[in-house]
Amino acid sequence: MLNIGVFVCWCGSNIAATVDIDQVVAAAKIQPGVVFATDYQYMCSEAGQKIMRNAVLEHKLDGVVICACSPRMHEATFRKNAEKSGLNPFMVEIANIREHVSWIHKDKAVGTVKAIALVNAAIAKVSLNAPLISGESSVTKRALVIGGGIAGLQTALDIAEAGFEVDVVEKLPTIGGNMAKIDKTFPTLDCAACILTPKMVDAASHENIELITYSEVESVKGFVGSFKATIRKKARYVDEVACTGCGVCMAKCPSKKSLNEFNCGLNNRPSVYIPFAQAIPNVAVIDPQSCIKLTRDKCGLCQTVCEAKAIDFTQKDELIEREYGAIVVATGFQPIKVDKFDELGYSQNKDVITSLELERLMNAAGPTGGKLQKVSDGSHPHDIVFIQCVGSRDCTARGKNYCSKICCMYTTKHAMLIRDKYPDINVTVFYIDIRTAGKNYDEFYRRAAEDYGVTYIKGQVGKVYEEDGFLVVQGSDLISNEQIKIKADMVVLAAAIEADPSAKKVASMLTASIDTNNFLTEAHAKLRPVESPTAGIFLSGVCQGPKDIPETVAQAGAAASKVIGLLVKNKLVTNPCVAIADEMLCSGCSNCFNICPYGAIGYEEKLVNDHGIRETRRLAVVNPALCQGCGACSVACPSGAMDLLGFTNKQIMAEVDAICKK
Amino acid sequence: MHKNNLKEEIIRISGASPNKCMKCGKCSATCPSFNEMEIAPHMFVDMVIKGRVEQLVMSDATNHCLSCFACVERCPRGVEPAHIIEAIRVIKLRQSGAPQITPAQIASVIDTEIPQQALVSAFRKFRK
Amino acid sequence: MQEVKEFKPNIVAFCCNWCSYAGADLAGSSRLSYPAEVKIIRVPCSGRVNPMFILKAFEKGADGVIICGCHPGDCHYNTGNFYARRRMALLYSMLDFMGIEKGRTRVEWVSAAEGAKFANVMNKFTSDIIELGECVKLGDIRCKD
Repeated sequence: MLNIGVFVCWCGSNIAATVDIDQVVAAAKIQPGVVFATDYQYMCSEAGQKIMRNAVLEHKLDGVVICACSPRMHEATFRKNAEKSGLNPFMVEIANIREHVSWIHKDKAVGTVKAIALVNAAIAKVSLNAPLISGESSVTKRALVIGGGIAGLQTALDIAEAGFEVDVVEKLPTIGGNMAKIDKTFPTLDCAACILTPKMVDAASHENIELITYSEVESVKGFVGSFKATIRKKARYVDEVACTGCGVCMAKCPSKKSLNEFNCGLNNRPSVYIPFAQAIPNVAVIDPQSCIKLTRDKCGLCQTVCEAKAIDFTQKDELIEREYGAIVVATGFQPIKVDKFDELGYSQNKDVITSLELERLMNAAGPTGGKLQKVSDGSHPHDIVFIQCVGSRDCTARGKNYCSKICCMYTTKHAMLIRDKYPDINVTVFYIDIRTAGKNYDEFYRRAAEDYGVTYIKGQVGKVYEEDGFLVVQGSDLISNEQIKIKADMVVLAAAIEADPSAKKVASMLTASIDTNNFLTEAHAKLRPVESPTAGIFLSGVCQGPKDIPETVAQAGAAASKVIGLLVKNKLVTNPCVAIADEMLCSGCSNCFNICPYGAIGYEEKLVNDHGIRETRRLAVVNPALCQGCGACSVACPSGAMDLLGFTNKQIMAEVDAICKK
Repeated sequence: MHKNNLKEEIIRISGASPNKCMKCGKCSATCPSFNEMEIAPHMFVDMVIKGRVEQLVMSDATNHCLSCFACVERCPRGVEPAHIIEAIRVIKLRQSGAPQITPAQIASVIDTEIPQQALVSAFRKFRK
Repeated sequence: MQEVKEFKPNIVAFCCNWCSYAGADLAGSSRLSYPAEVKIIRVPCSGRVNPMFILKAFEKGADGVIICGCHPGDCHYNTGNFYARRRMALLYSMLDFMGIEKGRTRVEWVSAAEGAKFANVMNKFTSDIIELGECVKLGDIRCKD
C-alpha cells in the first residue's frame, strides 16, 4: 500500500466558493492509503508547491493527489515539483475540481459531493500508479531525403544550412524532378530553369549535402533518431567521377531510338545519354534496355570515343548502408495516363497532347527549341483547345476523385503564353470550375481572359474527333446551354496528377501511413501537416497531396525545420506512458500490430518459462521510442496482454469503481 | 402525385444520385441527340435536384433520349442521367396508363437518321 | 404514503485527453452548467476505452455511460476514434440485447472548442437517463450494501 498525500486547492475563491474544502479534506483522509491530507489557497504557487514537497519528505509519501484545476493546466507543474522532492513524477494524479466541478455547479452541496467522488477516483488511480521512467534514445545527426525534386532539394538545402549532413536519394539519373521539365511558372511567368537550376547547383556544391542519384532506398529499419537505410545505387555503366559530361558518347551512340523520357517521349535519345543540359550530376548514363553492348554484346563505340575512359560496362549495382536520425519523403508526383479517356482521343491523335507535353513543346530547351508546332506534321497551329479536369474530380476508375489543384493555373499560364507569343492562335479553355485560390492567382486568370483574349467556356468536352484533317471538339457550353463544336489544330489535356508510384513502396518501408490515393498521411491535418504519424518521418511536397511550387517550397522548409528540431537534440526523451505487452499472456496474434498507427509493435521469437513449460513463442514487443501512447492496442488485444502504462486497465477500472460507488 | 414525392419516385426508380452532380456538363457534351432535346441531360439532373420535376414529366425531351447511355458511361461522378430520363419515361407511362403514341403513328415520327430508341434500349437490356 | 426520492443517476463520461476533455474544461471555464451526476474519466484517446470499462461501470451501478472523442478525422492518434466508434456500435447493440437500453450508452464527438456542445450533450444525455430510470440489469448483487 502506498502512502498517499492529498492536497486540496482553493484556487482563491474559484473552488472554495462552491466546494466545501473541509469536507473534501475530511473525506480524503478516510480513504485507504491516504496518510496525509491538507488544503491551501493556491497550490500552484511556490508556497503551495513547498507544502507538497515538505509533506512528501515528512510523511514519506509515494503517491500524491492534487485536487485543483484541469491537468491540462498544471499537471506538468506538479510533476516537476514531485521530481524536486525526489518522488517519481508519474506518481502524481490530478482531480479536476475546478473546471469540472466548482465552475459548473452553483449548489455547494452538489459540488462537494461530486468533488469528493472525483478525489476518490484520483486516489484509487494513484494507488495503482507505478513509477515510470522516461527512456532516452540517441539521435544520429544525419538526415535522408527521398526524392530530388524541388521539394527534396529545398528540404535538403535548409537542413544543410543548419549544419546537418543530408543525403538526397533520387531514383532518376539527375535531380530536378518534375519542375525541371517546366518552361515557365505561374503567376509571375519567370522561367522555371532560372529558379530551379541554381538550387540544383547549390545542392550539389553544398558541403553538407550528398546527392545519391540513380538510386533507390531499398529498406529502412529502426526508429526515430536511429534509422538504418539500405540504398541501391543502380549501375550507370559510367564512372561518375571520371565522366566530364562532354557528350561525345551521346553523339556517337548508334542506338538512338529510345524515347526521351525527359521530353515526355516527344523525341528520341541515344542509349548513352545525359537527361538534359543542366542535369546534375552532369554525367552520362547508359540505358541497359536499349544499349547494343549490354543487350547483344556488340558495339561498345562509346567506350572507344570516351577520352575520360569513363564508360564501364562491368559496373554492378551497389548497396550503400547509412544511418539517419530523420527521414523526409519527397517522392513527388506524375501526371496520370490519359489514354483511358478514349473519347478525348489521346492515343488516336498525335495532336491531342497533355499539358506536360505542351510544357516541353514550349520550352526553349525542348524538342522543338521552344517553337510551338503540331506534333503530327510540325505545322503552325491556329486553334488550340484546352480541356480541364481530365481525370481530376472523377469518381470512376478512370480518374482521381480529388482536385489536382495546379491545373487551372498552369492551363491559364499556357493559354496566356501562347496568346502572348502567337497572337494569331485562338485559345479556348473548357472548364468545370476555375479554382484560383492563391496570392495573385485570380488576377492572373482574369488577365488571361481580359487582356489576352483567352476564351473560357464552362462545360466539359464529350468527344474529340478528326474531320477533314482537323480535330473537332464537341463540348457543352453550360452558360448558353448549347452543345458546341469547335475546330482545333491541337487539343491539350490537363491530366490529373497522382502520387509517384514509388510513394507506396516508400511508405510501407517506413511504416508511414498512406491514404487511398497513395498520398502520405500527415500526423494532423491542421496542426502537424509536415509530419507523418510515424515519429521521425517528415513529408515534403506533393507526396502529401497536390500542391503548386510555392506551397511545395513552403512545406519543404517546414519539414526541414522539423528535421532540424529533431537533429539538434542529443537525446530523445521518450514518453513513458507507452504500451507494454505481458509476455505470459501474449499469443502473438498480430491484432495489436495491425491496429497500431505508428508501427511501434514488432514481434520477437522469445524463450518463455510458462509455469514450468519452456518454449519459444512469438511475442509482441513495443518499441517505446515509436509508441505514442494512444492505447488502441490495449483494447484490440484479445488475451489482455497489452496494457498502457499510466492509463492501465486496472487504473481506469479503479476510477470507474470509485465513481460508481454509491 | 406531390412534387416532392415525384422527385423521390424518380430517384427511387432510377437508382441514380443527382446530388453527386458537379455540373461539369460532360453528359450534354456527349449526348448525340442534344439538339433534339428541349431539355438537355445536364438540365434533367439539375431540375430533379431542384425539384422542378413536373416540367420534366410534361416535356417531350424524354422521348428523344436514345438510351445510348453515353452520359452514364462518361459521367465522372456516377450520376447516371440516362437512368433519370428512363425513370421519367416510366412515370409518364404509369400516369397515362398507355404508350405515348399508337403503333399507327410510329411511321410518321420515325427518324431514319438516328438509331431507334426501343431497339437500342432492347440491345442494352438483353445484352446483360 | 411512501416518500418518492428524487432519482439521481450515476453517469460516467470517458473523455479523450486531446479534444473532449479539453472541451469539458472549456465548458467549465465558460461557466456552462451541466448536471453534477456526470463524472469524467480522462483517457488518452477514445480508442483506449475498453468495452470492459463500460461493463464494469454498469456492474458497479452506473445508469449511463458516454464516450466522447475527437471528431472523425481529427483524432490526435489519427484512427482511435474510428476504432472506438466501431467497437461501441457492436458493444452497444450487445448491451441493448442484454437489456441495457440503447439510450444508456452513447458516443459523441466533442472538440476542444465545443464547450457549449459538451454541456448540451451532457444535459440531453442526463435527461434521457433520468427518463430511463435506474439501471439494475447488470448490477452486481454482491455490491449491494
